[in-house]
Amino acid sequence: MSAPFRSAAEDAPWARALLALAAITIGVVILALPLAAVFTEALRRGWGVLWAALAEEDTLAAIRLTLIVAAITVPINTIGGLAACWAIAKHDFPGKRLLVVLVELPFSVSPVISGLVFVLIFGAQGWLGPWLQARDVQIIFALPGLVLATIFVTFPFVARTVLPLMQEQGREEEEAAATLGASGWQIFRRVTLPNIRWALLSGILLCNARAMGEFGAVSVVSGHVRGMTNTMPLHVEILYNEYQFAGAFAVAALLALLGLVTLAAKTLLERRGRHA
Amino acid sequence: MTVRAIPGFGLSIGIALLWVSLIVLVPLLALAVKPWEMGLAGVLRSLSEERVLASLALSFGTAALAGLASLPVGLLLAYAIVRLRFPGRRILDGMVDLPFALPTAVAGIALTALFAPNGWLGAPLAAAFGWKIAFTPAGIVVALVFVALPFIVRTVEPVLRDLGRDAEEAAATLGATRPQALARVVLPALAPALVSGFGLGFARAVGEYGSVIFIAGNMPMVSEIAPLLIVIRLEQFDYAGAAAVGLAMLVLSFAVLLALSVLQRLLRRGRA
Amino acid sequence: MPKTGLALPRRALLAAAPFIATGASAQTPLTLLNVSYDPTRELYRDYNAVFARNWQAQSGQAVRINTSHGGSGRQARSVIDGLAADVLTLALAYDVDAVAERGLLARDWISRLPSNSAPYTSTIIFLTRKGNPKGIQDWGDLLKPGVSIITPNPKTSGGARWNYLAFWAWALRQPGGSAATAEEATARLFRQVPVLDTGARGSLTTFAQRAQGDVFLSWENEAHLALQEFGADKFDIVYPRFSILAEPNVAVVDQVVDRRGTRAVAEAYLRGLYTDEGQAIAAKHFYRPRNAAVLAANASRFPAIDLVTIDDVFGGWTEAQRTHFNDGGVFDRIYRPGR
Repeated sequence: MSAPFRSAAEDAPWARALLALAAITIGVVILALPLAAVFTEALRRGWGVLWAALAEEDTLAAIRLTLIVAAITVPINTIGGLAACWAIAKHDFPGKRLLVVLVELPFSVSPVISGLVFVLIFGAQGWLGPWLQARDVQIIFALPGLVLATIFVTFPFVARTVLPLMQEQGREEEEAAATLGASGWQIFRRVTLPNIRWALLSGILLCNARAMGEFGAVSVVSGHVRGMTNTMPLHVEILYNEYQFAGAFAVAALLALLGLVTLAAKTLLERRGRHA
Repeated sequence: MTVRAIPGFGLSIGIALLWVSLIVLVPLLALAVKPWEMGLAGVLRSLSEERVLASLALSFGTAALAGLASLPVGLLLAYAIVRLRFPGRRILDGMVDLPFALPTAVAGIALTALFAPNGWLGAPLAAAFGWKIAFTPAGIVVALVFVALPFIVRTVEPVLRDLGRDAEEAAATLGATRPQALARVVLPALAPALVSGFGLGFARAVGEYGSVIFIAGNMPMVSEIAPLLIVIRLEQFDYAGAAAVGLAMLVLSFAVLLALSVLQRLLRRGRA
Repeated sequence: MPKTGLALPRRALLAAAPFIATGASAQTPLTLLNVSYDPTRELYRDYNAVFARNWQAQSGQAVRINTSHGGSGRQARSVIDGLAADVLTLALAYDVDAVAERGLLARDWISRLPSNSAPYTSTIIFLTRKGNPKGIQDWGDLLKPGVSIITPNPKTSGGARWNYLAFWAWALRQPGGSAATAEEATARLFRQVPVLDTGARGSLTTFAQRAQGDVFLSWENEAHLALQEFGADKFDIVYPRFSILAEPNVAVVDQVVDRRGTRAVAEAYLRGLYTDEGQAIAAKHFYRPRNAAVLAANASRFPAIDLVTIDDVFGGWTEAQRTHFNDGGVFDRIYRPGR
């Protein structure tokens, strides 16, 4: 290994140290401090208050509801997202770029609008409202509305995580498999999926984390009935507005903790994937 | 390409279209139809109000600023996570996704507590520089950087990881210096991902509501974001007016995303 | 596989079954949904327990009362959009009217219960920093240079609309007062407001926790609650000589109670607010009771101040809303650039 080779292919030690220091500083200021603020507030009145807030009946109901919403949302967005990525990355068809933009679109839709659109469709004054009311079916201000709004908001996560990688990987392997007579499903399972599984996993975990944390959209379709249509983020708002700051931050800290566990799991799995 | 070499197109596009249509297209169609109850003149009048124009300019301006500010920061984080080895790297890697996982309202409360004139960061900033962050447009940018940052890191990171070092090593054997290798080889390879990450972060930031309302101050004409205006109109039972602002935001975002998508294609073609 | 999207509503409905309030409530325990505004959380937590006990004793039926709290306008909109509220207990008549306009309850709802269907009243007062360092005693002191005022946004908060109207009414009463001078004074007032939160609770947090502003324009009951929650050593309550009579209204939502078969319990729930027991609970939470005897018993909590009504000064809510708060109204005008 000659000297110029090393200097051009790798950063000098001082540059590495400087970059690492900068990255850590940014991480602390932008990411860790808000988290620290949440945990500080949660523990301000001690563990007793924290546990009491979490064990409260309405809080447990909120946790249960949040988990149900995420459990319905994530599989739907995973299957839809994978199908879209596969079609976009491995095939040619007119309107492809439009489809890419459509898949990304929910990111650019304000959460407020994401809730509003379902009110326009399913609300009592909306397109289907009177029809639903006559049949005594409640969509918004009940679980289906919460699920729909959450699916909408977390819609692009899986697709956006997987798509750049699939595009980057090209089609050679799949085309080779097709030449050997494999079916589409076989190619997807045996060739594409192993190549993208770690990106897919992180997409799923992100989708899940966001589904549990979504606030704006579900706020519009929830109705805010304590113990019934309150998800955890909404419960945080309620407690905050009741000046139960410790309780509010306790639930917020639990949400953050769920997120952190998710993120840790993702990091571990990714590491295993890279070593395998 | 003349033939579809890979089978399975029909099924995958079928699922994708169904998914996109039911969850995205139909609901957005409802949004697109609603404002016209007021008629064309009504929509134009509703959108040309000074407060609406000011709030749209504010939302798009702060989102663009936040996206631009997040670009170098996000690139640095992605590079550190993929290429460098230092204590706490894995923790940093996990932390990047935190803004996805933290509910936006919680993020807003936490950021406001940090940047308020009596907060951990707000107090020293005010004392040292006389800066006021919370309750000004600067506070909005801070909240939006928090929201947009992971999009850029997570879009760039897989590409950087996939890129490997072969190209850099090749550049090195051809006599390039390290800055040259980074600028001529690594950065162009990352450019499409950077553009796409900026687009996602920007688009997500434009519509952000939960974290912004706490920190913004919400003064009409100064720090009142467009999503708040939608909420205000809804609370006046003005569904059509709310949908009009929503539709305007959507059309503008769509135009920006489309432009970025074209730019991305040009960048990718330039490399090939 | 290809039916993923289509399968969604069915699955969602199945999973949702326990959460959906259906009309067939014969077997399920009796429930009542009270959709209310922000500051009544503590009041109704107390009252719900008392009412449930009384109803059980009286009818032998167990009743569970669910509550939803939020900005008054948002709550009214949720009911309009299909949130199945049996009773509304909102911050102002305008929001109940908006629900009535969509046919969910009778247009003459306000005359169905005594005292304009407002079992308790409130008013707007000042909360200042301890010791009242800026010397704020009356509305005119708010306009002194250097006084920073915290109020929520009148566009999104019912309480803030009462704040705005109280100030306007005061400005009209000044020598030479007219709509023009009142608008000028109100514009000056809002130039001294550094933060407009969307709701009363968020605004009080800004004032109390973030240390913004010198004076907080507050519901009377919220000011007292602030002393309890944040400490009496931090703030002073200042009663201006004059303010507005705020009448938070209550009403049964006819369409919902008839569909769910809950009219009897819903009406009993609201009537209970007028009983001595209900009035005492209201007074305990610093809402002014209508009942003269209960008010007299709590006279020390409710200093007598000169209160005008919205009907006298503004010709009712519909008119006030149209003139001041609708898009293009006075409130929008005072934020036009160049003023």
